[in-house]
Order: sequence, then structure tokens, then C-alpha cells
Amino acid sequence: MADLDRIRWHCRRGLLELDIILDRFNRQHLAILAPDQLEQFKELLELDDNHLLDLILERESLAEARLQPMLQMLKAA
Amino acid sequence: MSIAKRQFDAVVVGAGGSGLRAALQLSESNLKVAVLSKVFPTRSHTVAAQGGVAASLGNDGEDNWHWHMFDTVKGSDYLGDQDAIEFMCRKANEAVYELEHFGMPFDRTPDGRIYQRPFGGQTRNYGEGPVKRSCAAADRTGHAMLHTLYQRNVRAHTQFFVEWMALDLIRDQSGDVLGVVAMEMETGEVMILQAKATLLATGGAGRIYSASTNAFINTGDGLGMAARAGIPLEDMEFWQFHPTGVAGAGVLITEGVRGEGGFLLNKNGERFMERYAPTVKDLASRDVVSRAMATEIKEGRGAGKDGEYILLKLDHLGADVIDKRLPGIREIAMKFANVDCTKDPIPVVPTCHYQMGGVPTNIHGQVYTLDNGAEKVVRGLYAAGECSCVSVHGANRLGTNSLLDLLVFGKSAAEQVVRDIAGDKAHKDLPKDATDRPLGRLARLDGATSGESVAEVGAEMRRTMQLHCGVFRFPDSLAEGVRKMLAVAERVKRTFTKDKSKVFNTARIEALELDNLVETAVSSMISATARQESRGAHDRSDFPNRDDVNWMKHTFWSKDGNRLEYKAVKLKPLTVETFQPKARVY
Ligand SMILES: Cc1cc2nc3c(=O)[nH]c(=O)nc-3n(C[C@H](O)[C@H](O)[C@H](O)COP(=O)(O)OP(=O)(O)OC[C@H]3O[C@@H](n4cnc5c(N)ncnc54)[C@H](O)[C@@H]3O)c2cc1C
Repeated sequence: MADLDRIRWHCRRGLLELDIILDRFNRQHLAILAPDQLEQFKELLELDDNHLLDLILERESLAEARLQPMLQMLKAA
Repeated sequence: MSIAKRQFDAVVVGAGGSGLRAALQLSESNLKVAVLSKVFPTRSHTVAAQGGVAASLGNDGEDNWHWHMFDTVKGSDYLGDQDAIEFMCRKANEAVYELEHFGMPFDRTPDGRIYQRPFGGQTRNYGEGPVKRSCAAADRTGHAMLHTLYQRNVRAHTQFFVEWMALDLIRDQSGDVLGVVAMEMETGEVMILQAKATLLATGGAGRIYSASTNAFINTGDGLGMAARAGIPLEDMEFWQFHPTGVAGAGVLITEGVRGEGGFLLNKNGERFMERYAPTVKDLASRDVVSRAMATEIKEGRGAGKDGEYILLKLDHLGADVIDKRLPGIREIAMKFANVDCTKDPIPVVPTCHYQMGGVPTNIHGQVYTLDNGAEKVVRGLYAAGECSCVSVHGANRLGTNSLLDLLVFGKSAAEQVVRDIAGDKAHKDLPKDATDRPLGRLARLDGATSGESVAEVGAEMRRTMQLHCGVFRFPDSLAEGVRKMLAVAERVKRTFTKDKSKVFNTARIEALELDNLVETAVSSMISATARQESRGAHDRSDFPNRDDVNWMKHTFWSKDGNRLEYKAVKLKPLTVETFQPKARVY
């Protein structure tokens, strides 16, 4: 619970684009993510705003294959 | 309950461009500095700035600060204070070179100088034609600026309180500000940060509108704190609408698109800006372009099913230019407008973007109140950046002048702090009621078992601003807007959150933010209703002209009784001749 609350606050970003996408994502998925998915989501949230947005908008590609599934979910949000 | 207390020479509230620039100056002057931020510093909203920072370097064609000053005065629709504008434009080159020296990765010309591009409202030779004055780091100027300044601050041992929310200022009987009361989001713990100088750098409050380019964190906390502490807010009727926010999403399409040759069309495919601004066309000031768009929409020439938007055409630039000079635009258009902009135009509407008003300061960043119309400095309180009003932007800000404002006045405020506290050995004693206001706000929220939903009241506030205080303003609608907004303010006093936890309780934080947003919204509605003229971003249907006889003055709104006072615009620059008000045509 506290963990989800922390994640929710970490979705407050400097870029409106991310606020909108993360808000959509959280409404659809946050409450039902499995523990390993949550960890991956947290890792993605650690990225810089512009880097994360670049990944979501496919202007850059992600080095770690491990985080791909979570990134795909974010892209679809 | 006893509350922890820590002492600093200076506390900076906010870690965007203005807060970081100020903090750096303070730390490098060997002061003990704390910087508070709701989010990690490099996630501050400054990260969104793409277009660049203005400086008359003249790296690609002749330019000078006096032309820049003229553009800024004219852009402000003669509401900007000319002393402050001269100060800023003269210091621009130094501010940019300083940043370059700190390691900022500016774009370069082939011979290694800083690359400059044109931007709306920036002209050569007092309005003759566009000039290249904007310095950028790709489309990442704000991002690069935050990273550069953050690294320097770490090196200078600035102490960061990340994910700490300042709740209220501490102000004593004699009116001096002695620090802030803040809350750590992770624990809900409340602490006093006592300081000889407190600097507000909390950014703008663009989230008071439904259609906004601003990130969710832009809730005007500094404005709320100042208003509750009895400090007036200046020129809050002036909100800049960016002409090109993606219809329905708010996401901004940079002005650089028009700088590189994109232009606007109505539903008939007409390039209508040629009618409104024959010389600079699509590169006219934002208010001019926004108004032209709103007029096209109002007169039935908008595109879309309900004629609700305008088209931004850039496909003629070709995919190569778009990808090279405007990276990201293609993907943004796809994700938020579902449009391939190399083939089709992007639907855009004028969208709330920038707050020209704010906490009143002089050119040294000192906050002041009015005492019988005269400026009276509030000892211990400073402000810089979008939360402040110095006023260099007057009734309308020029693109790229805001990042400049952050750098110049962030530094200048810090230099004043250093001068002011040089003689202060000890901290002044805190008043007994230092924590009463913020603890009262928290206790009310935590104790409430029923009440108003933060989301619903917030939505009503945003709708009210959007409907009653937008690009065009009508007398009856403004009056109704005031009535509605005062009702919203009453409801804000009764907000309630179900979740009473103290750990990263976003609902609780949003309730506290709404307290700040509503002060901003009330001040804006009331100030806009009182100003009986049209100037810059403020456009009244019943007073369609600028009225220099009666309204060349700044508005000051006080929370206490929603009182309004006025102060004349400073027409006298520091060293040069006044730019006399002229009709503002482009
Ligand atoms: C999409 C977009 C693009 C832009 N592009 C440009 C451009 O190209 N050129 C230009 O000149 N201008 C541009 N602007 C405007 C410019 O970016 C902003 O005016 C400027 O970045 C504001 O900086 P700031 O330091 O005042 O505030 P911000 O960067 O908004 O920082 C505010 C800081 O205050 C903190 N804070 C707020 N409340 C509290 C609280 N209660 N407690 C603790 N901390 C708090 C936040 O966490 C944050 O660190 C743009 C604006 C937008 C929206």
C-alpha cells in the first residue's frame, strides 16, 4: 500500500506528456501489477523525464530487454 | 506536539531553474543553504522548456540588448517595468555565457559559437523583422539547464530536501519572514526550516485552467503561501495562452515549429496570420497569435467537427527538416493528436501556458507589499522565476524570456540575500504562533470525516477559469466567474480525503495544493474583472482598447477582503530613454 503511494507520487513529473501517460497507466494497471512488474515500473520511473518520454515515444530504444514488457504497457497507455 | 527545527542562512523553496540558479549563488558565497522541492530537482517543470533562452549574442546577424529591451517592452504591451527590463536584457549575455561556462551543452554554429534561432516577438532594429536571439540545447534547453545547475549545486554543497513540501511562511509581528514550515512527504513529518532569508522559487500555477500546458505539479504553492501570509499578488489577470497546445490534451507544440517555417491555417486552408500580423505573420507575439486563432474559431472558421480548433501545418518542411530541427514533434503529434505531421496538420488551440503575474519583487528579488501605494520591502523574503512578478513580462511574455528571467533574477535575488544577511550573526526569534497556520490546515484535513471532494472542487475551479477568464473576457461572464470562484473557495475550506495515512499520501498533498491553486484562481478572477481595458493577454469585449490614461498600472490583490490596489508602471529605465507606449502592431 505504502509502496503504491510512493509510486503514485513518483509519477508526478516535470513533463505534462508523462503526467498524462502515467495517469492513464495508473488508472488501468497500477492496482493489479504483480510484484516483479511493480519493480520494473519503479525502475522505469527512476529515469529522467526526457529519457522516459523518448522511450515511450520510441525515439530511443531500451538497452535492458528485461524492462521491455513494462515499457510496452506504458506505450499502450 | 513539539516540532523539529533546523536553521539555515537561506532556504530556497523550489528547485527549478530559478531556485537552482539562486541556490548556486548562495552556496558559492559560502552560505548554509537548504533547497526544498516537491519532486527531484531535475523533474521540476523547467525540464519542459524546449525553445531556448533569449540573449542578444548576435552570433547570426547583428543584435543588441537595446533591441531586445524594445521587444520586451513592446511585447509586455507597455505594462512591463522598464527598469527591470533593461536590467534583464543587459545581463542576458552574461547569464548565458555563465551557463556555458558551467557546462551547458548549447547547440553550436559550424565555427563553434552558440547557435541561435528566431522566436516569436524577437526582432531586429525595433521591429523591422525577425532576429535570431534564442539559444538552445537541441529541444532540451530546460533539461540541460536543470542538469547543469543541479550538478554545480551538488559540488557547492547545497543541501537538498527532496520530496519536501513547504506549507506556509513564518512571518512575525513586525512583518519579517523567518523561514517556512514544511512537510516531508515520505513520513508526513512537519519541520520548521528557520532562515535569515527565504526565497520563493515555486514556479507557476498554470493548473488553474482546464486546458494547460503545465505539468500537474504547477500548483502555485508560493502564491498561496504568500497570500496567506498577507502578501499581495501582482497582475494576476495576465495569463499567457500558448497558441499551439494540442487540442484536448494541452501538450505543447513548440513555437520552434513556426520558427522553422510551419504556419497556421483555418478550415478554409487560409494562412490567416497574414491578415492579423502582415510583417511577422505566424511569428507575432503569443497573445496576438492566440487572439487571432480565437477570433477565427469564434467567427466559424475553426477546423474540426465543431469548428473547435486551428490547423498547424508543417508537412511542407519535409520529414528531414522536421526530424533534424524539431525532434520529437512527430511523435508528440502521433501520441496526443493521432496525426502524422509529415502528412497532415496538427489540431491546436490556445492553451494556458505562463503566469505573468506573481509575488511582487523589485529587481533585487526582494518581495514587497504596498504601504499607501509605496513599495515596502518584506524583510527576509525574496522571490524569483515564474512565481514572482518583477515585472519584466508585463501583460505578455515573449518566448525564451522566461528562462532568461530565471537566470538573471535568480542570481540577482541571491546576491541581494548575501548583502542583506552579511551583518546578521544570529537568527531572529521565532514567533509563538510560527506553526499555527500550517498545523491548523493539516489538523482540519486529518480531522475531517466528511466534506468536499478535492477532485470535484478542483475540476470546478479549472472549468470556471476556462469558461470565464480565457482568451476573450466578457463583463457578465467575468461577474459570474467571480461569484462561482468565491463559492469554489468556500468549498475548498471543507475539502476532505478518505485516506488519512501520512506516507506519500497524494490525496492529502493534492488537497494542500488546492489551497494554493484557489488563491491564485480567486486573485486572477477578481483582478481580471476590475481591469477595464484590453492589454496583452487580457482581452475585454466591453473595453476593447488599451487605456494608457487610466490603466498603465499594476494590480495588487490581497487575500484579506479581496482588496485591490494599484501602482503605476515604472516607465523610467535605469540608464536609457523611456520607450513611450505605442500601438502594438506586428
Ligand atoms: C511546455 C513548456 C515549455 C516552455 N518552454 C520555454 C522556453 O523554451 N523558453 C523559456 O524561456 N520559457 C519556457 N517555458 C516557461 C519556463 O519553462 C518556466 O517559466 C520556468 O521553467 C519556470 O521555472 P521556475 O524555476 O520558476 O519554476 P519550476 O521549474 O516550475 O520549478 C518549481 C519548483 O518549485 C518546487 N515547488 C513548488 N511548490 C513547492 C512546495 N510547496 N514545496 C517545495 N517545493 C515546491 C517544485 O518541486 C519545483 O522544483 C516553457 C513552459 C512550458 C510549460
